Amino acid sequence: MEKRVVFKSAWLPYALLAPQIAITVVFFFWPAFQAAWFSFQLQDAFGLKTEFVGLRNFVELFNDSHYLASFKITALFSALVAVLGIAVSLLLATMADRVLRGALAYKTLLIWPYAVAPAVAGVLWAFLFAPSVGIITFALKQIGIEWNWVLRGDQAMALVVIASVWKQVSYNFLFFLAGLQSIPKSLIEAAAIDGAGPLRRFWTVVFPLLTPTTFFLLVVNMVYAFFDTFGVIDATTQGGPAGATQILVYKVYHDGVKSADLGGSSAQSVILMVIVIALTVAQFRFIERKVHY
Amino acid sequence: MRFTALSVTLFATGLLGMSAAQAQTEIQWWHSMTGALGDKVNEIANGFNTSQKDFKVVPVYKGAYPESMTAAIAAFRAGNAPHILQVFEVGTATMMAAKGAIKPVYLMMKEANQPFDAKNYLPAVAGYYTDSTGNMLSLPFNSSTPVFYINKDAFKKAGINPDPAPKTWKEFAVAAGKLKAAGQSCVYSTGWPSWVHVENFSAWHNLPIGTKSNGFDGLDTQFTVNSPEHVAHIAMLADFAKQGWFTYSGKRNEAEARFFSGECAMLTSSSGAQANIRKNAKFDFSVNFLPYNDAIKGAPQNSIIGGATLWVMSGKKPAEYNGVTKFFAYLSSTDVQVNWHQSTGYVPITNAAFEATKKSGYYEKNPGTDIAIRQLGNKPPTANSKGLRFGNFVQGRDVIEEEMEAVFAGKKEPKAAMDEAVKRANEILRKFEAANK
Repeated sequence: MEKRVVFKSAWLPYALLAPQIAITVVFFFWPAFQAAWFSFQLQDAFGLKTEFVGLRNFVELFNDSHYLASFKITALFSALVAVLGIAVSLLLATMADRVLRGALAYKTLLIWPYAVAPAVAGVLWAFLFAPSVGIITFALKQIGIEWNWVLRGDQAMALVVIASVWKQVSYNFLFFLAGLQSIPKSLIEAAAIDGAGPLRRFWTVVFPLLTPTTFFLLVVNMVYAFFDTFGVIDATTQGGPAGATQILVYKVYHDGVKSADLGGSSAQSVILMVIVIALTVAQFRFIERKVHY
Repeated sequence: MRFTALSVTLFATGLLGMSAAQAQTEIQWWHSMTGALGDKVNEIANGFNTSQKDFKVVPVYKGAYPESMTAAIAAFRAGNAPHILQVFEVGTATMMAAKGAIKPVYLMMKEANQPFDAKNYLPAVAGYYTDSTGNMLSLPFNSSTPVFYINKDAFKKAGINPDPAPKTWKEFAVAAGKLKAAGQSCVYSTGWPSWVHVENFSAWHNLPIGTKSNGFDGLDTQFTVNSPEHVAHIAMLADFAKQGWFTYSGKRNEAEARFFSGECAMLTSSSGAQANIRKNAKFDFSVNFLPYNDAIKGAPQNSIIGGATLWVMSGKKPAEYNGVTKFFAYLSSTDVQVNWHQSTGYVPITNAAFEATKKSGYYEKNPGTDIAIRQLGNKPPTANSKGLRFGNFVQGRDVIEEEMEAVFAGKKEPKAAMDEAVKRANEILRKFEAANK
């Protein structure tokens, strides 16, 4: 006798899927198609005149040294955000996992920053690091470090990385904590009986068992660094100084919205779309093979 | 349920009141004025609203200049642009080229039979916003020019006589050295780096910013801000930065707060900053002409304006244009202009307002308040100092400022940076030319 539940209706599955499909079409496929279409056009700011220019927007982009520099900046930025974000939260999660008393309070506090909007996180850190008036700037000055991210590109990069990582650590922390708690205690005890110290237990038992979580977080963090950090950058450096924090997605916004160059901006978002598709495919095809599930 | 006579009456008057409110035509005015200036904008709108019953001007703050312009462009594309939009001077070429999106002010005035003569407006201001046949396309509102502020108390503390303030960059350097030696943590900073140190530097020294009379004579213009004089000026600033005499504060007006807090002793920024400086500074300050390079012949010439004008958007109802016309007439009236000029530090836009202020003895009583207008009219404007009109200059200015930042951070040589700025900014001009031919 058939035990599975089967929907006999021919239309019900589609009806149930329809809202999701509608949302995807309206908020993803349609704008994506529009971006692709605009990327072949040259328009004035108000959209009064439109001209089809073929691949000219793309050719111009790849002849622009600042656009190419933006690739390097994005790579550096997302690598820093993903690696630091994962490393810090893993450390915090292992620590929190061992806490016996007041664990709930620790965990709550660590999860808190996730509720903060990116722009707010950016402003918060920008205040702390503000040239001349920030508390941390002042402290750094006492130990002889001149801090002025308005002019120093490396410091501006440090600022946006810190703000972005701080915001994302909570999210990573949650997943790592859940991952740690699902590791059977017997495995760790067995390793301990065999004479493995805490560090060795972590690297040979715990960390390999956490790889699915780590892999998932790597993907999520890369996507976060690519797109969601927009708020942090817009609220602090706005891509400056001298384009030192101009990541690809910020340049799309800057050229399209602030400079009203819709064609060039759309061409950039098409390129960005291709990159993200390629990255996701690469991550699942090559990195996933090394992951133990 | 029982209705008392009173509640029925109240209800009826409420309805009447509502319909009266609905009969008023609303005029949306998007602006970018903050702080004391934002209060002033609301005051002007209220003044107009209480002066008549037919129209209601609603001022809405839409973010800084680039943001409000972007917002209006997006709103126009979506078919609900505001009636009045405040656009900063660098957006002028973009607005002028958008013929289907704007309603030229002279045309609107003519259609509404409102007397309007461009000659009533100060030439230094009006010249910037008129087309080649002398028709005014937008209404000048807040016009300013960069001026040089010094903290007189800091000067005295460093043993320098603050009167007169440094006139040339050479004198400036001497004062800067003494201020630094006296322990001033930030000697000098500037707002709007490109506007002050590239655009106005050019006009002040009678050097072209671009070909074709700074873009007034055609879209096929090219930037010329990599001339030896320009490069020398940027190199001088870079040297000041190295000496600790110049602290870079950012692309907008961030430097102003560092001046009025007393951190920086000298500042070059908009004359429109006076309202906030006067409100916040707890020290004696003076307003002066921009320093100039006396090695360049003919300097100082005259400076050029910045600030913004009010553009009227197309596609509105005649009744609404009627309201905008009435509001513009109110705004240009001598009383409103005199008050606006005196309380903000922006230059008066009509000759009548300037004369009235002069006659009242205001300039003698408030030294420094006439600096902006005197600097704008220092000499009759040349093709290099009439103003500038470059397409997509929001982007062009960004490029110039990015390259300046690279120099101040010590990452690029001044010559290489300005060459790169010209090359990149010219590409933007070509793109604008192609999109608007």
